[in-house]
Amino acid sequence: MKSSTIIVHIIAWLIAIIWILPIVSIFMVAIRPIGEVLHGWWNFKEFHPTIGNFIEALNHPTTPLGKGLVNSFIIASFSTIIPIFVAALAAYGFARFSFPIKNYLFLFIVVMMAMPQQMVAIPLFQIMINLGLVDTYFGLILVHTAWGLPWIILFLRNFFLTLPVEVEEAARVDGASDFQIFLRIVLPTSLPALLSVTALQFTWVWNDFFLALLILYSPSKLVATQRLVWMKGKYHTPWDTLCAGAVLIMIIPVLIYALFQKYYVRGMVGWVIKG
Amino acid sequence: MSQKNITTPLFFIVPAVILITIFVIYPILHTLLLSFLSPSGKFVGLRNYFDVLGSKEIINLDRFTSTYPPWGALIHNAVWIAIHLPSSILLGLFFAIILKDVKGASIIKSIVFLGMVMPMIIGGLMAVFLFDKDIGIVNVFLRFIGLRSLANLSWTYWPETALLATILTGIWMWAGFSMIVYSAALATIPREYYEAAEIDGASSLQKFIYITLPLLKAPTQIVVVMSVLYELKIFDIIFAATMGGPGEASTVLALLMYIEGFVAFNFNRAAVLAALLTLLTLPPAIWIAKTAVKRK
Repeated sequence: MKSSTIIVHIIAWLIAIIWILPIVSIFMVAIRPIGEVLHGWWNFKEFHPTIGNFIEALNHPTTPLGKGLVNSFIIASFSTIIPIFVAALAAYGFARFSFPIKNYLFLFIVVMMAMPQQMVAIPLFQIMINLGLVDTYFGLILVHTAWGLPWIILFLRNFFLTLPVEVEEAARVDGASDFQIFLRIVLPTSLPALLSVTALQFTWVWNDFFLALLILYSPSKLVATQRLVWMKGKYHTPWDTLCAGAVLIMIIPVLIYALFQKYYVRGMVGWVIKG
Repeated sequence: MSQKNITTPLFFIVPAVILITIFVIYPILHTLLLSFLSPSGKFVGLRNYFDVLGSKEIINLDRFTSTYPPWGALIHNAVWIAIHLPSSILLGLFFAIILKDVKGASIIKSIVFLGMVMPMIIGGLMAVFLFDKDIGIVNVFLRFIGLRSLANLSWTYWPETALLATILTGIWMWAGFSMIVYSAALATIPREYYEAAEIDGASSLQKFIYITLPLLKAPTQIVVVMSVLYELKIFDIIFAATMGGPGEASTVLALLMYIEGFVAFNFNRAAVLAALLTLLTLPPAIWIAKTAVKRK
């Protein structure tokens, strides 16, 4: 090995160590009794790993994280399946048919994906009250659906454009309807793209804080991210339960990333970068 | 496959359009309307805008000569961009280049990318945790290199350091984005370019300047625009770390909008803040939308 190659490898692994240190910090505090880490988790004179902090976070007296994780899972699941189906329909409409103002409408929808959510916060709260959906999972799922649509439509439309139309035309000659073609041919062939949007949309909803903050306020309904913030406390910060809670919340998105890495990255940058 | 009748495309598109109209477009227009009304509902033109832009929470002119915040939420967003944008982009580019020919690069990339994967709210807690005077790993490092006065501060509790702590945490979280984009871009540059240059006797630096850099223009534009959007809309990190404090030393537009609207119930002022934030995000939003629509 050339010496320059060795230096590059040393720098690369130094980067890795520096970048993982914050996560290691959280993990170390999460798995050790608070007494051991009060003067730094890097002291290993005493080292008694425990799952006590995790159990404490899950059963926290005022904001039990266990319930929050269940709520987040329910909300993220529906907020992934529904927008993907609705967006896939729209994306197919944009990819395969022409109609007046199509291009303007499409660009307009795509611009919405970058809007700050603060711009809808106050009226959205009023809409939710009027529809009787404030403080309900269904209300939050509807909002996540609407906010997920623009980027999923964009991503799937760009993917549908790369599919050969001949297959769909052959099916049409055989008498299949447009909806049948969409359901039986287009969706199954788009599995890689659907995996990308599933991985990302689920993660984003799981990680969301602002929309949940607007719509859910009953203690029993709060999602995991909300509970973690309320656990922090104003004057006293219980780092043991907080770090354990952070690890528990992180597990799901990290698992999704680990399992679907290729699709995840493609979903994140595939629509702007080729490769 | 262009169709003459319009009912088929409508069938596909209408459900999405209805949902976006009710939960995105209508509320945006309503917020815009609120920003021109007085609390009693009278039309007051741009008066709310002048009020908000003239208030200390947004731009604190009195403190401009001071070396530390609060300078006002709008300025804090600008500081976010001024520090976070170049740092995260250059780090990402550096990582992408370093990791190009390293064994185990995919593991290292995954580690750097972890910050992009986790909830931003945890990032906010990390800003408190990492810069804590007792249990913060950053302060251990500072003590090690002799910066004792900084190391003995819990950064998020002091106006001098709170904003910076959130920005630095933001860099840790976001560097993975530019790294991934640049890595994807670097992978598309054919090896033959470099081989041909080597035959002509080009040095590593020359290869970088004449081959790599020009091809990084497009990905750089994308990273810059996406990063600016991220920095303008920053909310979760600050909410969890400092709630804008101490004494407004780390507020940003998005957080101030939430506080005005949902803590102080000044809906019209909150609407103005939201509209100003939207106005700032609109140019990058339109640019990225146009770019993405063109790609197939």
